[in-house]
Amino acid sequence: MQERLKELQTEALEKISTAADLKELNDIRVSYLGKKGPITEVLKGMGKLSAEERPKMGALANEVRDSIAAGIEQKQKHHEEAAVKQKLAAEKIDVTLPGRPVKTGNHHPLTRIIEEIEDLFIGMGYTVAEGPEVEKDYYNFEALNLPKGHPARDMQDSFYITEEILLRTHTSPVQARTMEKHEGKGPVKIICPGKVYRRDNDDATHSHQFMQIEGLVVDENIRMTDLKGTLEVFAKKMFGDDREIRLRPSFFPFTEPSVEMDISCKICGGKGCSVCKGTGWIEILGAGMVHPNVLEMAGFDSKKYTGFAFGMGPERIAMLKYGVDDIRHFYTNDVRFLKQFSIHE
Amino acid sequence: MFVSYKWLQEYVDLSGVTPVELAEKITKSGIEVEGVEVLNEGIKGVVVGHVLEREQHPNADKLNKCLVDTGAGEPVQIICGASNVDKGQKVAVATVGAVLPGNFKIKRAKLRGEESSGMICSLQELGFDSKLVAKEYSEGIYVFPEDVEVGQNAIEQLNRDDQVLELGLTPNRSDCLSMLGVAYEVAAILGREVRLPEPQVETSSEEASDYIDVQAEAKEDNPLYVAKVIKNVKVGPSPVWMQARLMAAGIRPHNNVVDVTNYILLEYGQPLHAFDYDRLGSKEILIRRAKDGEVIVTLDDAKRELTSDHLLITNGSEPIALAGVMGGANSEVQSDTKNVLIESAYFKGATVRKASKDHGLRSEASSRFEKGVDPNRVRDAAERAAQLLAEYAGGEVLEGSVEADSLKVEPAVISVTLEKINRVLGTALSMKEVKEIFARLQFETSADHHEITVTVPTRRGDITIEEDLIEEVGRLYGYGNLDSTLPVGASAPGHLTDYQNKRRLVRRYLEGAGLYQAVTYSLTNEAKATQYALEEREPVQLAMPMSEDRSLLRLSLVPQLLEVLKYNSARQNDSLAVYETGAVFLSNSKGELPEEREHLAGAVTGLWEIHPWQGEKKPVDFYVVKGILEGLFDNLGISGKIAYRQSEKDGMHPGRTAEILLSGNSVGFVGQVHPTVEKELDLKETYVFELSLKAILEAEVAPLQYEAIPRFPSITRDIALVVDKAAAAGELEAIIKEAGGKLLKDVHVFDLYEGERMEPGKKSIAFSLKYFDPERTLTDEDVAKAHDQVLDAVKEKAGAVLRG
Repeated sequence: MQERLKELQTEALEKISTAADLKELNDIRVSYLGKKGPITEVLKGMGKLSAEERPKMGALANEVRDSIAAGIEQKQKHHEEAAVKQKLAAEKIDVTLPGRPVKTGNHHPLTRIIEEIEDLFIGMGYTVAEGPEVEKDYYNFEALNLPKGHPARDMQDSFYITEEILLRTHTSPVQARTMEKHEGKGPVKIICPGKVYRRDNDDATHSHQFMQIEGLVVDENIRMTDLKGTLEVFAKKMFGDDREIRLRPSFFPFTEPSVEMDISCKICGGKGCSVCKGTGWIEILGAGMVHPNVLEMAGFDSKKYTGFAFGMGPERIAMLKYGVDDIRHFYTNDVRFLKQFSIHE
Repeated sequence: MFVSYKWLQEYVDLSGVTPVELAEKITKSGIEVEGVEVLNEGIKGVVVGHVLEREQHPNADKLNKCLVDTGAGEPVQIICGASNVDKGQKVAVATVGAVLPGNFKIKRAKLRGEESSGMICSLQELGFDSKLVAKEYSEGIYVFPEDVEVGQNAIEQLNRDDQVLELGLTPNRSDCLSMLGVAYEVAAILGREVRLPEPQVETSSEEASDYIDVQAEAKEDNPLYVAKVIKNVKVGPSPVWMQARLMAAGIRPHNNVVDVTNYILLEYGQPLHAFDYDRLGSKEILIRRAKDGEVIVTLDDAKRELTSDHLLITNGSEPIALAGVMGGANSEVQSDTKNVLIESAYFKGATVRKASKDHGLRSEASSRFEKGVDPNRVRDAAERAAQLLAEYAGGEVLEGSVEADSLKVEPAVISVTLEKINRVLGTALSMKEVKEIFARLQFETSADHHEITVTVPTRRGDITIEEDLIEEVGRLYGYGNLDSTLPVGASAPGHLTDYQNKRRLVRRYLEGAGLYQAVTYSLTNEAKATQYALEEREPVQLAMPMSEDRSLLRLSLVPQLLEVLKYNSARQNDSLAVYETGAVFLSNSKGELPEEREHLAGAVTGLWEIHPWQGEKKPVDFYVVKGILEGLFDNLGISGKIAYRQSEKDGMHPGRTAEILLSGNSVGFVGQVHPTVEKELDLKETYVFELSLKAILEAEVAPLQYEAIPRFPSITRDIALVVDKAAAAGELEAIIKEAGGKLLKDVHVFDLYEGERMEPGKKSIAFSLKYFDPERTLTDEDVAKAHDQVLDAVKEKAGAVLRG
């Protein structure tokens, strides 16, 4: 009997080791461990054994069963793992194929420039002021110290709708309107972006419609050094810490003193090249101390208050910053152009 | 203004300062120098030659064979094609080995069989602008005056060994429209003296007042008129140096009389006019406004009709010049002119501006009058002209001048405190430093410790207020020397308004959804201005448009966006989505500003889903674009207030367009562009939307409040309803929502069937309904009650039958 059990064990373990798949293993399980299996059959003869031998034989039988069950389990696990492996191998994909494109668009480059400037100045305590694109002659010119017949009106030939109404030629009327709203009380600290219009034929460097962004600070004790410091912060943020700035005297009817700001040319590092026309400097913006007439007309006491203002063209900044060579690109909206401004350095 | 470096040296010592260094200094202190031109750049080996012999070239009709003495060795043979070359002339010869502009090297050559050792040059060949070459030399070679020595450097003899600074003058600095003005500026920058010309004229015994009488009727337009009479001039070429200076400044030489007037214009900034005294037709000059309809024939032989806005110089009755703009043909100086009347006057800027604008005549003279000449130079300029005419035209200057003078010239006297100067500039200058700066400018000052009083010379008419003085101090102190500070004092945190914040959100959302931001023009043509407008209103029209295509302000953004799609589609990008935010303009009653409303529009064309290697290609449809908008409204928290209504609109597909309502008010539309429009623009199926951005951003939104995450399960019931084909899902949904009561948390369409298994004229719409109670677990009975109400309502209100 003992021998028979051992025999069965050896026989079963051998079958298990050669079982090719899970089904075969299951068949082995049923045939050896089932109720009608050979071990059960052998144990039926237990009655003939002595009382001492019976538990021994029982224990041996259990041992044989366990060893077969363990063998099956081990083999089964092996087969399962192999099956998973095989399945995974079959599922292999080409990871170098392109991914599914996510549809995205992006900011227009001018919006990108304007928002960057807005955020910089918001960080310095400015708010963003906006105003109408169709303006009264008064706000566009007169309130800015450009009375009718002023020769400087030549500088900005305009689109008039009636004698008193025109498309604004700069965003400065927003400054005049904002100051007026403050009713003679400072501080005023605003940045004004928007579209402006001038009678120009569209070509590589001119556009009848373009953007402007201006800043204005009016308070007691605003100094020209404050203007210089503010513009330096701006220039370094927009064009890089290594750029130098210079202020050059200039003329605008609404500021006195007036300056233009140049930054050192990035292309040649100040030595002079075609981009900077050999000067080593590139003109970026106009600025100055708010003209007392402008303050007075907006209801500020020019003896008590001073202020500075600056204005620039986002197109020009984008052209310099990104090397765009034709202003018309900004208004043609060629997607091959627009797409390039999705990257953020 | 073009400034000759050599000429400038006459008035200011420029030693130790190169033209380029000078340009940089001028730029830094106030006037932008836009360029420095080296006049003799790339020229070498050009000398004065003497044409000893000239004969016809044996083999060529149009060529001359010349024997030329160049002052070095034997005379050489040069073949010359100019028709004006002749024996005895002194000419500019580019010798063998010479280099001319454009790196043109002169070599020994054979021309039609004849040896040629060099080239006789025209001025153009020496780098002169052909527009500036005097008429007599414009078609041939240049001929030197006889007294020029053979063998000299021809470029030096022509005064071309010079550099020209191009000043970009701002309108306030018209004082630098003269060499003297530039001299004062440069002297102030360098801290050196100004040397003024001191005209000294020997006059004849005759008095000018015996020859002419001057009366100004229009005193306001012409407060000062100075006439000088110069007799017995010989009209001929002016000296070479004068011609060279005129050309360097961009003025073409004519004859000595005209050249002298132009020379004074450049030197003093005072425009002069020379009349042929004998052609005046009277011994009288009367300055008056023109009569309406009066006519003058100007120097350019144009007949010009005048109005009472224009100022005339007359001989008492007939016009002889349009004041400050152009002389009359009747009194023009000609080659046989003997006696000359020189006019030096102060004309009011606005009057000259009006005339030059009305007649389209802008000249060096009119632009100087417009900006205002220095009243204190009017007489000096006349004297200087008389002197030069005596020297270079052999004229006899009559004693005195004849004037009409009602001009009161009071120099501006302005005081400013040291404290104010330092407060505005942010500097700590001492009074001594400030005084020094004004001394450099040659402004008279008087000062105590606190305040400085400045008498501004009349040449600097731009300085009228304290701030102007502060600017002079600042720019000569040097803006580069200013500190950099930031404003101090009370400040509030910077921020965007809610509207501005939300507009940024809208942009970012749409870009995330796949749309590119476009920026297009506000001005458009008549057809596009009103197309797709949300509200019918007259478009705003320009008074004087530059073109038809940019003559009106738009009422809708869609037409320009369609143009963007068309442009890209024609360039192999026929699947594209763009959006724009921008103002539209609605006219109000005359004299009022139009209403500007910010709109948001989008346009989507071609394929929407594209995944090439997985074979997926899905064109855009109505529901793609509507889905984008629904997401936008969700983001803005206004979905609950939005409704869509089937509608029709010009230019849109009649069956695929919806009006968008916000709280029942129309705020925009979405739909397919009408197929005929798509065809016109050569676009694939295209969908557009436009919304009043203002309306959707300003809609009231409840403050964001956390809602508890459900602790109890919800129960979902699906129903399929059979309805008429024309029935709108949105209406059914509304009925379901209303009937479902509080427990009904969510309803959405999950299936639509319109196939052949349906009865004709019917369709089936399936809704999924989610019931939920935040307080407890719902029982079947609870749900059944609410659900039955829903089924009753859809049956009753929409005739919907549950699909079996």
